[in-house]
Amino acid sequence: MTAKYRNITNKLSPVVALALLVGVWAAVCGFGAIPASMLPSPLAVGRAFVSEFPVLLRHLKATLTESLAGLALGVALSFVFASLMDRFRALYRAGYPLLVISQTIPTIAIAPLLVLWMGYGVQPKIALVVLTTFFPITVALLDGYKSVDPDEISLLRSMGAGELQVFRYIKLPASLNSFFSGLKISASYAVVGAVIAEWLGGFDGLGVYMTKVKKAYAFDKMFAVIILIVLVSLALMLAVTALRKILTPWERKV
Amino acid sequence: MNTSADRILTVEGVTKSFGEKTVIRDISIRLDRGELVCLLGQSGAGKTTLFNVISGLYEPDAGRVLLNGEDVTGRPGKISYMLQKDLLLPYRTVLDNAALPLIVRGMKKSEARERAGAEFHKFGLDGYEKKYPSQLSGGMRQRAALLRTYLSASGVALLDEPFSALDTLTKSAMHKWYLGVMREIELSTLFITHDIDEAILLSDRIYIMSGKPGEITDEIVIDVPKPRPADFNLTEEFLRYKRTLVSML
Repeated sequence: MTAKYRNITNKLSPVVALALLVGVWAAVCGFGAIPASMLPSPLAVGRAFVSEFPVLLRHLKATLTESLAGLALGVALSFVFASLMDRFRALYRAGYPLLVISQTIPTIAIAPLLVLWMGYGVQPKIALVVLTTFFPITVALLDGYKSVDPDEISLLRSMGAGELQVFRYIKLPASLNSFFSGLKISASYAVVGAVIAEWLGGFDGLGVYMTKVKKAYAFDKMFAVIILIVLVSLALMLAVTALRKILTPWERKV
Repeated sequence: MNTSADRILTVEGVTKSFGEKTVIRDISIRLDRGELVCLLGQSGAGKTTLFNVISGLYEPDAGRVLLNGEDVTGRPGKISYMLQKDLLLPYRTVLDNAALPLIVRGMKKSEARERAGAEFHKFGLDGYEKKYPSQLSGGMRQRAALLRTYLSASGVALLDEPFSALDTLTKSAMHKWYLGVMREIELSTLFITHDIDEAILLSDRIYIMSGKPGEITDEIVIDVPKPRPADFNLTEEFLRYKRTLVSML
């Protein structure tokens, strides 16, 4: 088997698997194994997606705004915390276990609290996204900082570099790779986090839309919005990958 | 010939301990302008510790380091130091790696690049400016690291086993190249090796370092004018030096 052929097969196999899955789904609906009121056919979902598209788009705008704002804030906070924890060992020892513990609290459990505290506006949604994205990025950054070869730091110090220069010329670029791995995970968490917060109330957003169509038992619209969430999460992850390629040019040229 | 004006680096009575353990004791060495002096000794004799003191990374427990008569003990950034690995930063191009010491000292990025770029030809690195270190061969990486060391400071370079990671053929090519480039850029070099042949081939003088804690136990002058003949390492004279050194170690 040639490498090219293998490459095509590798790229094709997930597409085939997806097509197969949709095929089975269509067949199950077509033969009436499950009533259409419970499981809409792929075609019905597609129709709902198209007809609802303008409404979905409006809600998407709200969700995306919350996700991106929360993600940006989460990144900024992680950056500050990870850098401080890397600089001060006592802070690392004190803070790291707390970070881990905070992650065992399910998002769905703190979301109602946030709503009670902050109301039905965008604040609790952004706060939840910050909470869910903060941890993976902080851990990724800390790992990145720690991955630095201590000899590289000695070298820079022998040139007369100070703490900040060591950070800028060594720690920061060395941590980028690991940072982007964390960001990729966080980008998909961000959308889901925003949607979960919207379930609990609000005026706009895909989560609000979901609760509305759920109450109407509009399964086709439920599926349509789920597909949209998947697509948006994928798009965000792709954007992160693209950004990584631009910001770490040394990884490409081998 | 060795008037005080020729003296570029003086190390006086340096002692360094880590906790209870004294690693180097009462080390005094000197380096004259344009000289290539070697510290020869087994691993564990504290050669690298001594370099860390001379470069200012470590503060010695006793003694001092003078550069052109100025006390630079414990002050990094004055003497350039090439550590054992080439340590080219993987996330910077070769040009940006070379320019780094200038940027660290506060030079503007564009100016530092220009200044570093002007030296690429001398170091045989033409056309490698935009490459990343991972794209270079071992010999080329070493040249780039030496260029960076040269741009680091003041005409004195400390090299910690600079050629030890290279294969034999590359190594002997690098030896020739280094002797040439050193004359051209007027660099005084203090370097560490445990390779006796390399020490005789390159050095004007050799300090023998041994013991625990490490001390300077001997010093010999390789009294063969440079440039040395290509077959110097096959001569009777070379073997005589080698015998002497083996007996000292």
